Amino acid sequence: MAIVFEKSKVLTDVNTHYCPGCTHGIIHRLIAESIEELNLQERTIGVAPVGCAVFAYNYFNCDMQQASHGRAPAVATGIKRALPDSIVFTYQGDGDLASIGTAEIVHAAARGEKITVIFVNNAIYGMTGGQMAPTTLPGQVTTTSPYGRDVAHCGYPVKISEMLSTLDGANYIERVSVNNVKNVNAAKKAIKKAFQYQADGKGFSLIEVLSTCPTNWGVSPVEAIEWLEQNMLPYYPLGVYKDKEGEKV
Amino acid sequence: MAKVTFLQDTCKGCSLCVSACPKQIINLSKEINTKGYNYAEVLEMEKCTGCASCAKMCPDCVITVER
Amino acid sequence: MEKQLMKGNEAIAEAAIAAGCRLFFGYPITPQNQIPEYMSKRMPKLGGCFLQAESEVAAINMVYGAAGAGARVMTSSSSPGISLKQEGISYIAGAELPAVIVNIVRGGPGLGGIQPAQSDYFQSTKGGGHGDYRLIVLAPASVQEAADLTYSAFDLADKYRIPVLILGDGMIGQMMEPVSLPTPKEPTSANKPWATNGAKGRERTIVNSLYIDPVELEQVNLRLQSRYDTIQKNEVLCEEYLMDDAEIMLAAYGTTARIVKKAISELRKKGIKAGLMRPITLWPFPAEQMSKYADKVKAVLTVEMSLGQMVEDVRLAINGKVPVEFYGRTGGMVPTWKEIAAKVENMCGGAK
Repeated sequence: MAIVFEKSKVLTDVNTHYCPGCTHGIIHRLIAESIEELNLQERTIGVAPVGCAVFAYNYFNCDMQQASHGRAPAVATGIKRALPDSIVFTYQGDGDLASIGTAEIVHAAARGEKITVIFVNNAIYGMTGGQMAPTTLPGQVTTTSPYGRDVAHCGYPVKISEMLSTLDGANYIERVSVNNVKNVNAAKKAIKKAFQYQADGKGFSLIEVLSTCPTNWGVSPVEAIEWLEQNMLPYYPLGVYKDKEGEKV
Repeated sequence: MAKVTFLQDTCKGCSLCVSACPKQIINLSKEINTKGYNYAEVLEMEKCTGCASCAKMCPDCVITVER
Repeated sequence: MEKQLMKGNEAIAEAAIAAGCRLFFGYPITPQNQIPEYMSKRMPKLGGCFLQAESEVAAINMVYGAAGAGARVMTSSSSPGISLKQEGISYIAGAELPAVIVNIVRGGPGLGGIQPAQSDYFQSTKGGGHGDYRLIVLAPASVQEAADLTYSAFDLADKYRIPVLILGDGMIGQMMEPVSLPTPKEPTSANKPWATNGAKGRERTIVNSLYIDPVELEQVNLRLQSRYDTIQKNEVLCEEYLMDDAEIMLAAYGTTARIVKKAISELRKKGIKAGLMRPITLWPFPAEQMSKYADKVKAVLTVEMSLGQMVEDVRLAINGKVPVEFYGRTGGMVPTWKEIAAKVENMCGGAK
């Protein structure tokens, strides 16, 4: 028998602090496998956010910088402009990217910064205990929307992939999900493509990954997967929103 | 022929592998590991096809798959 | 090197380039726009990178990234923009990264005005950002000094792995004076084993300021403090002007010090023996240098373009031995030598 699946060497031996069933673990693995398969480990510098993934610098086996909240795209810009031959990725949640960091992500995309952004959308603020996020769905109960998100009061969720795809500087934007094996496979393909684009010197890529937060959604990991399928997939459709290179004939 | 190996003490008992397995041969043990979780295990290894669905859904890289 | 007539802002930019800086991230704000504009012209010609960031916040975080990657990098702004950068500066200090930040101070608080001021002394030396950290703060009083201090700032930043702040004001930024520029050196990222530049053939590196275990965080802070103690011992710069026989000490920095020097020369004509202590490093503050005159002078007058910020450090240095008075103008108003001299005469009970 041969090994057909094992842990990537681009993940460290450190066991993650993520909650049982949190899909951060799956997404970390897909990134690590992509970096390993494309042989980029020695050139890669990752930027960790503020959020549950703040300790990502302990989990990815490459040079890492930890950035202030929302500013990872700016930090990544600094690294990539200083070291144009490096592979730079950011890993950000919905508070980091879609709330405090909206200016930084918009402008990194507009400038066409040659970085790869992995945006983890779980419709809630995990690390701080389950507050409303810009991606929280209408009617969704969180600790700061205890009666359910009231769109009359605090508006509608932000659709990042759609929004950023309007920017000419953005090269590749795809929304994926990790709710089942088929989608995990597709997510890996998208993430690997995003890293391949950077390795090829193409511009800004962002992969939005629909993810679960069992702890703050108040459900079991398996129920959380179902919640994602029933509620998030209809609101945040999966698909390629931009692929400049793919559109070239 | 196929086989899956679980790192018992890394498992957090989330059950994503249990739902993912198309042969439904994964279950959570009644025993707990050093972290206090009921860890995932396969008792009918002969039914394993090595599809790696479990490993792909596992957030903690608990599972190694051989075929 | 041959002297050329340069605007302060441009001299600062050229001196940074001479020091091997090849990355500049900034955002427009009066009265320092010549710095990003100059960099936008010069950097591409040197194969360097000028980027106008989307905000001062983004700019300081780009500095963090590039500094973490081992490059010599600079940003500049003015008072309100420096306020925006404070979180980033704290992160740079906490992650022990070298960087140079230029503040061309304008009147505050809030949007304030665009005229020169010295009301960012507290912000620069007493934090500004959160946490127990220090910046080396350098205060030039001429365009030449602005160039020289900017040039040395990069060496200091690298030597101690600390952010260095050049504290100018709108006058320094805008005025034109003859400058002899420092000798250019090539950029090098050698000798930065802590930098994140791709883990090829070495253990991976992490640039980080998060230490969630308080035992560890305390140790980090103690280690930083001991570095600050070393800097305090070794890097103080202060000009002592006519202090040998001074009976009145004036304390002032930056362009205010030049006006004070004129006041001193006029006072001396009237028989008042005034002298000047001009801190060049505002942090580390020349407390020791000042305190040795506390037994020799009769009084101290601190003059600032603010309502009194450095005066608190002067008072600490003098330690109650003699009265420390204050004269200041604020909101962008610049004191005249006559006002300063009149205040000194008043303190002396009229001319001798």
